[in-house]
Order: sequence, then C-alpha cells, then structure tokens
Amino acid sequence: MLTNRRFVAVASFLVLLALVPLLARFVGGEAFWIKFATRVMIYAIAAVSLDLILGFGGMVSFGHAAFLGVGAYAVGILSAEGIANGFVQWPVAILASALIAAAIGAISLMTRGVYFIMITLAFSQMLYFLGVSLTAYGGDDGMRLANRSRFPGLIDLSGDVTFFYVVLAILIGALVAGHRLVNSRFGMVIQGCRSNERRMRAIGFPTFRYKLAAFVISGVMCGIAGALLANLTAFVSPSEMHWTRSGEIMVMVIMGGMGSLFGPVLGAAGLLVLEEILSSHTQHWQAILGPILVLLVLFAKRGLFGLIDGKSAEKPAGLTGHG
Amino acid sequence: MAEPLLAVESLVKRFGGLVATDHLSLAVEPAELHAVIGPNGAGKTTLIAEIIGELGVDEGRIRFDGHDITHRPTPVRSALGLARSFQVTSLFPDMSALDNVALAVQAHSGHSFRFWRDARADASLRDPAHDVLAQVGLGPRADVLAGNLAHGEQRQLEIAMALATKPKLLLLDEPMAGMGTEESAQLVTLLKSLKRRFTILLIEHDMDAVFQLADRITVLVYGRAIATGTPDAIRANADVRQAYLGEEEE
Repeated sequence: MLTNRRFVAVASFLVLLALVPLLARFVGGEAFWIKFATRVMIYAIAAVSLDLILGFGGMVSFGHAAFLGVGAYAVGILSAEGIANGFVQWPVAILASALIAAAIGAISLMTRGVYFIMITLAFSQMLYFLGVSLTAYGGDDGMRLANRSRFPGLIDLSGDVTFFYVVLAILIGALVAGHRLVNSRFGMVIQGCRSNERRMRAIGFPTFRYKLAAFVISGVMCGIAGALLANLTAFVSPSEMHWTRSGEIMVMVIMGGMGSLFGPVLGAAGLLVLEEILSSHTQHWQAILGPILVLLVLFAKRGLFGLIDGKSAEKPAGLTGHG
Repeated sequence: MAEPLLAVESLVKRFGGLVATDHLSLAVEPAELHAVIGPNGAGKTTLIAEIIGELGVDEGRIRFDGHDITHRPTPVRSALGLARSFQVTSLFPDMSALDNVALAVQAHSGHSFRFWRDARADASLRDPAHDVLAQVGLGPRADVLAGNLAHGEQRQLEIAMALATKPKLLLLDEPMAGMGTEESAQLVTLLKSLKRRFTILLIEHDMDAVFQLADRITVLVYGRAIATGTPDAIRANADVRQAYLGEEEE
C-alpha cells in the first residue's frame, strides 16, 4: 500500500543510491564513500529483515545480530578452510542461518513479550561468546579473509563498485520480496498475530508455525546481510554479534519506521550517517545521538518514513503498542 | 423428526464440590434460533466453553452434525462448522473491517503458506468478506479500522467474522452485553435477518431480545436445564417464574 508520495520517495532514494559511485567521483574520497554506502545497504538489509518480524509480526527479537554473525562466520570459516567459492559459501550461510533461526525461534516463540526479548538476547549472547571462544578462527580479535567470495564464471566481486551494485541488487530484491511477503496470505496471518494472536487461534490459525516460518525467513535475510558484511570488509569478528549491534539494528528499524519495510533502509542510512558525522567531531558522539533518537521517537512516532506522508496514518483510538 | 444439529446429552462438569453443569441436556434443531437464559452463575459460560471445546466434561456426550465431538479439540469443532462470537469483543483493531473478515475467510480456505500473491487483491477472500460485511450492515464501513468502529459496530463485525467461516451453528455469547438501547435494537434486527439462514444458539442476558428472537428457550439454573419451550410456554412456566423471571421482576 505505497502511496504515490511514498513510491516517489522510495524510487528517488534508490536511484540516488545507485548513483553514489558516480557522485563520489566528483566529491572525492571515492573509495570511502562507496564502501560506506555499501555498509549502509548491508545494515539496511538486516534492518528490513528485523522489520519483517518486529514491525509486521510484533516479535521483538533483541538478538538479530546473531544472524549477522552466523552469515559472516559461515563465509569466514569456509574461507579460512580454503573454500573461497561463493557458490558454496553463500548457500552454506543461508542454510546455517535458517537452521539456527529455526532452533532459536522454536524455543523463543514459546514465550511472549519481555520473555521473548530476553530469550532472543540470551541466544545471541551465547553465539557471541561462541565466536569469542573460536580461537582457531581469530577468537576475540576476529579474522581476516584472504579475499571476497569467488563466483567463477559469474561475477568478480573484488572491485568495490561491482560489489556495491551486487549489494544494491540484493537490497532491492529483499525489499521486493518483503513487500510481496507482508501483503500475501502469509503476511496477513503474521500481521493478524501481531494484532490479536488469541483471536487468530480462535478462528482456526495454528499461529506458532506461521510465526516460526516468519522468524526463519527473517533470520535467513539477516544471515545474507552477514555474509555480505564479511565480504565488504574481508573481516569477521564476534563484535558483529554483540547485543549492542542487535540494539543498533533495532534502532534503525524504529528510527526509520516500524512496519514500513522501506523505513528501516532510511533508518540504517540515518543512523550510520549520524554516527559518521558526530564521531568525526567528538568522541562523545553517543551523547548527542541519544537525544536525537529521543526526539525522533517522541515527535515522529512512525519514524523517518512516516514523515514523508506529512500526516500520521489513521490509528485506532486507544490502541497502544504491542510487544 | 430429523436429528438435531447439536445435541448436548446429560452433560456433567464438576469443579471440586461445585457442579457447574448438572446432567444438562439440550437440543438445537436445524434452522432454529435457540436461546439459553439463566441467572448469573447458572453455568451459561461453562456451557459455551464445553460446546466450543475449551473445557472438558466429566460425563455425557456432545453430538454435532452427526459427529461425536465430546472429546474433539476446538479447531476440529471449528472445522466441522461450529463458530462463536466472543462475549468480550476480540478483533484485529489495527486492521480494516474488511481485513478482519477476510482473515476469517482465509482461516477456512486451506493453509496460508502462500508468500507471493497479494492477499488484498485475492477475490476468493475479498468477495465473500464483502458479502458478509453487507449482510451484517457494515458494507459502507469496510475500510474503517476495526478499532475505530463504534461499540455496536464492533459487535456486528464480530458476528461477521463468525459468519465468514460459513458455520453450521453460530454460537453467540451475550452479543448484547454492554450495549445501549438503540444499539441493542439494531442488533436484534440483524439477528432477525440471520434467523432461518443460520442455526443460532444465543446465550443472552437481555430478556426483551431473547423473547423477541427465540424459537425456543432453555432456562438454566444451577447448571440444570429446568425448562425448554417456546417463549410463551417459558413465560407461563411456574418453575421458571419462581426461579428466575420472578426474581428479575421484583
């Protein structure tokens, strides 16, 4: 249900994004800007994946960075073992994220509300410490990859511009797939669960399996972002799984606008740009970032993307947030 | 005579020493509007929970449409054609009225692991949903968020969602509860229009509504059915007058 205004906003943002490699040539610092924009898009994919379950499904996963780590480590470990072939690395990253999301989801989704938040957080911290303990793969310090994933006969990712456009294509793919998903029958079930899960069961939906499927889809999407992240920096470290990273992804979603799919892309860009600007002026940049976020949450309840409409959407009277 | 659609046979449910349902028998004939009345604590809510399968029973049987459903779980009963409306309105407040009903339609049209096609453009969900909304008089309000509907309209929507599952038996749990006179009158009109097209079991406090609507009435007192009959017969019944109606009129 994109309004025209929103569609124009999304299209122009994506076009502008696609022009970054060209624009950067005039601004200077080309390599930096291309890498920075690529990083924004990778976090945007992670934020979109979280929005699928947080914004649409009402599942407040506070451990989504775990899947960034799973995707990144799948690429990193295979690379360290001498398997640089992307046709192996990426499917393994997807499969590993799916399996781990299924396991974490199956247990976490038996709980609700604050307990769900705590359990997802606990699982991601477990994976974080697992990463720290993997001394063979860099342990606490992380490890460097020899090179980016190789796709012989398909594409050479070693160039930053090529990699930029591959990530852009995957981001657009994630947005299109997400848009179809949330408006499909499956998406209606997920949104129904957010709105009133008891009622969903009463009208005959076995809600658990739908929520679990959504959790796995979201985990896989985030795992892909993790595989891309490992490729961007050719570096893998446990810090990608730290709970503060999960918090950042959640801030991106909330800042951009929960349940809007494209909002989290703006949120990712907004947060990373702010971080970049503020941290170049002062090392206490978080002290400035904090109040900005508070103001955003107070005055733009539907996030950055909500501002584009100008008016706040119709909201049912007396409807409070749902966890 | 044909077999009743719903037959509750000598049902017993004990909560410790309290007998909440005491050898209760009740039959709902096809196309009938059967009302159950009774003072507070008579076991009306317990009876609904037993019929819908949220509460197990200690003795007796429940037969529905030729099946023994005494020990079948709620979703199975729902699939066999038993639909209920909730006493406390339970909707999807942040979705439109039409989306609410479409979800109920979707619940009874196969699994929902369909990830690509736009559900809001799916005529097999939207058309029946529009029909049902029109039936309950909410046609013009289809795009309003359920949470923004008036209280009476939310009850109508609640009934629409039950109807959307094409039930054989509609169980209405105190639909008039908390309604003003005017809203109640509207709902009575709606239920009159549904009468005959659906078999309805109506649990209700509002005596005026019950005596206007029901073909037959069963009176519950302390978990027992003390009388069943036409509204006139119930009005004339001495036991009922003493146990229930008399108390109310004093």
